Amino acid sequence: MIETTIFSLLNGLVYGLLLFMLSSGLTLIFSMMGVLNFAHASFYMLGAYFAYEMSIHIGFWPALILAPIAVGFAGAALERYGLRNVHKYGHVAELVFTFGIAFLIEEVVQFIWGKDQQPYNAPPLLDFPLFTLFNVDFPAYKAFMLFVSIAIFIALLVVLTKTRVGLIIQAAITHPHMVGMLGHNVPLVFMATFGVGTALAGIAGVIAAPVLGTYPGMAFDLGSIIFVVVVFGGLGSLAGAFVASLMIGIVQTFAVSFNIGMPDLLALLGLEFGADHFLVDLWTISLPQIGPLIPYLMLIIMLIFRPLGLFGSREV
Amino acid sequence: MLKVTDLHAYYGKSHILQGVNLHVKEGEIVSLLGRNGVGRSTTVNALLGNVECHGSALYKDQEIIGLKPHQISHLGLGIVVENRAIFPTLTVRQNLALGMKKANKFGRWSYDDMFDMFSNLRERADVPAGVLSGGEQQMLTMCRTLMGDPDLIMIDEPTEGLAPKIVTQVGKLLEEIANRGVSILLVEQKLTIALKISSRVYVMGHGQIVYEGTPDELRENEQIRKEWLEV
Repeated sequence: MIETTIFSLLNGLVYGLLLFMLSSGLTLIFSMMGVLNFAHASFYMLGAYFAYEMSIHIGFWPALILAPIAVGFAGAALERYGLRNVHKYGHVAELVFTFGIAFLIEEVVQFIWGKDQQPYNAPPLLDFPLFTLFNVDFPAYKAFMLFVSIAIFIALLVVLTKTRVGLIIQAAITHPHMVGMLGHNVPLVFMATFGVGTALAGIAGVIAAPVLGTYPGMAFDLGSIIFVVVVFGGLGSLAGAFVASLMIGIVQTFAVSFNIGMPDLLALLGLEFGADHFLVDLWTISLPQIGPLIPYLMLIIMLIFRPLGLFGSREV
Repeated sequence: MLKVTDLHAYYGKSHILQGVNLHVKEGEIVSLLGRNGVGRSTTVNALLGNVECHGSALYKDQEIIGLKPHQISHLGLGIVVENRAIFPTLTVRQNLALGMKKANKFGRWSYDDMFDMFSNLRERADVPAGVLSGGEQQMLTMCRTLMGDPDLIMIDEPTEGLAPKIVTQVGKLLEEIANRGVSILLVEQKLTIALKISSRVYVMGHGQIVYEGTPDELRENEQIRKEWLEV
């Protein structure tokens, strides 16, 4: 029990911080530009594929640095030459545009690398158990993921709160027009934010792919969860995205590792149903089975009782 | 310094500005007066490129219609908007810092100038601007724009909704701005401050300039005041 708790907590932390790397960019882009970027997770996938391709030629470590930069440039280019032109047609057009881009990226990835999972693995340097607790190994690579995520989080925090660029970004979140009238080049800030946001998604892809897999469905698999995170935490709130990422990361990991189910619950209440009961499927359901549903359940409850999300200041 | 010629602006199909002509000379305080809805704020917004418009606006002999807001700002044209638009999550000092176009690039104004004029801002320098009172926010908005060292500043309804004591303070600041050689285009509905400090006034009606003169001439012209200004 203790080992499951400790390992679930660690894994939840790794997964949660990974979600934050994705959701932070998404929420920054949304709050500043009003664009809910449906293609955000596609940049996460691009990060993974770029890193895989680069790692073949130049090795894991240079790819770790270069792939997110390449993704960031792709994101900035998408803003500059795509979204900026679509902007004048309103938010619906932008939404549909990013939706289309998500499909396009998925098709391009399949066209180049095929539908199969790619053999992109953790580097040999990190391919060993960092420690063993109760006969269970904790891989060094996961500790590395944790380390990178925390470093990115701290860097983001410092840039946003301590630098002038960060202040401009914070100001542009609430009053982009005013920031422009004070002499700051808002379109440039938008493009840079989009680039950095997508680069963060790229980093997430690069470091997560050796664990979660590099396959064309990876964007779709994570895409819906990061929207849950952003809405749950409050659209436009970085603090909200952070708390929601950790909550959902940990809750989801716990749900799949604790094999408790309705029979245990019913036994506690002193109830028992026969195997021929017509609701037998419901009475035998277990936590790991409904684990993937829990974030969505949390989202629905949040939307009913607090549509602003945890720390949000505007309605969804 | 600023010369607006035949400015037309549209909101969708409505033709709001129907050929506005006005000019502001160097060191001048000029007021643009008129009732609500006559196009005063639209004139400012058109000059800043926030509204679809055509016509000409020369600032320091350069056409600004069609430029982006940050480009206009870099030419030395400052704006204080009507809805204040302070950055609520940033502190007072950070708000002022963002008024500067580059970090620590001071012009005619320093932090201390602002804090000397409005001691409230000094006391609350490290407080998030969102918790300031309406009057303090108005001060902050004006000071923030001044930190960018504009040569002409357009101020939209600076006294709206403010207590009389603060209105007096705003009036003093406007005079101080003029003393430092900054021209002002004051957009106002009320005449109190405008007539006291302006060297010339324009009156707007139905999207056009319907009167131009000195404050004294306007005081004496009862017909214009009755037709276009008084409620």
